[in-house]
Amino acid sequence: MSKPIRVLVAKPGLDGHDRGAKMIARSLRDAGMEVIYTGLRQSPEQIVAAAIQEDVDVIGMSILSGAHNHLFPKVIDLLKEQNAEDIIVIAGGVIPEEDIPVLKEKGIKAVYTPGTPTKDIIEYIKDNVKK
Amino acid sequence: MKLVEKMLQGDKRSCAKLLSTVENDDKGAEKIIKEIYPKTGKAHVVGITGPPGAGKSTLTDKLVKNLRNKDKKIGIIAVDPTSPFTGGALLGDRIRMNDHALDPNVFIRSMGTRGYLGGLAKQTRNAVKVLDAYGCDYIFIETVGVGQSEVDIVKAADTVVMVMVPGLGDDIQSIKAGIMEIGDVFAINKSDLMGAERTATEIKMMLDLGPDMERRPPIVMVTANRNKNIDKLMDEIDNHLIYMEENGVLEKRRRDNFEDELINLVELEIKKLILKETESDGGIKKYAEKLLKRKIDPYTIRDEILEAINLK
Repeated sequence: MSKPIRVLVAKPGLDGHDRGAKMIARSLRDAGMEVIYTGLRQSPEQIVAAAIQEDVDVIGMSILSGAHNHLFPKVIDLLKEQNAEDIIVIAGGVIPEEDIPVLKEKGIKAVYTPGTPTKDIIEYIKDNVKK
Repeated sequence: MKLVEKMLQGDKRSCAKLLSTVENDDKGAEKIIKEIYPKTGKAHVVGITGPPGAGKSTLTDKLVKNLRNKDKKIGIIAVDPTSPFTGGALLGDRIRMNDHALDPNVFIRSMGTRGYLGGLAKQTRNAVKVLDAYGCDYIFIETVGVGQSEVDIVKAADTVVMVMVPGLGDDIQSIKAGIMEIGDVFAINKSDLMGAERTATEIKMMLDLGPDMERRPPIVMVTANRNKNIDKLMDEIDNHLIYMEENGVLEKRRRDNFEDELINLVELEIKKLILKETESDGGIKKYAEKLLKRKIDPYTIRDEILEAINLK
């Protein structure tokens, strides 16, 4: 049988709203992916450790609190430290327009803001994960 | 193979990659298991099973904390169901355990069942072998939330902990066949809730009615999220292994489990041969067509197919 795409869905930092993350997790599941959900209030270190143990293809993170400029790049740095920069990192949440190019430059491959159809995210993952 | 060497030296990422290969690719799994097999057989494999929402993940998390205080190395395989419709899965057991994510001596891996029905994932046993070779002292297998007949865990673990909670039905449930028969240790979780004593009594009665046992499974009242009686439960898990070692039961149990594993392995290969045979030249459809026309009976066709793959 073909290998399912594995995705870690994570909520870094202290915001307690995971409706969006759960919605994404559910959509990816329905698209045939294995989704590992870490739950709320995870440190970048925990997220990277979980991604490595679970051997995921993609990490999807959601932040609504405004801490994205700090926490998202930290995850990228830690992945590099572990030689795991082949894991694709995408992110979503309440992210101001002007922050998106900065995040992309730091290595976040795609940034999704409120209103994005889940179909776009599924297509991006399917197109970009090497089989 | 480089990955195996690195894994044996304790590299987490290599261990994770090996687990993926074992899970995704039968040929790859074969190669890895052949290489690591001599290094397995040291871990105490503990199955944690019970109905959905009983607190299996929370309990596993607390047991792991208890063992980490004793400086043991732990592997966890947490199984959740795969959708039979999309092949997707939401693996959420980690939520209760992620406190251990940064501990170098704890390895947590989530697995989807991928069409396998007995409460485990298809490659759970091989995943256990990888974690065993990785050097884990204890390996916990957390099954999917079970109903009444998912009993495969008993063939994959040395000790099965059956996690029960109050309020799931009357005493008739406890005398039905199936999952209630496989507990080596019973844990009544959420024992601060009303009805916990009654659940314990019903299990005691179930055990009383059963055949005489050389060892009666103990019942431990726990409240996982308050860390109550976790030490007692861990002692009972350890006691079970000691009992089995002292009475020669461990060897017997592992031998029985290997018999089952071997039959499964051979069965799988034969199944592949049959599929190959019945897919060529018109395929299984050709045989089904004959049945439909009532020209020939199913048993005669079975023999034809077996002859074709030289098994008869």
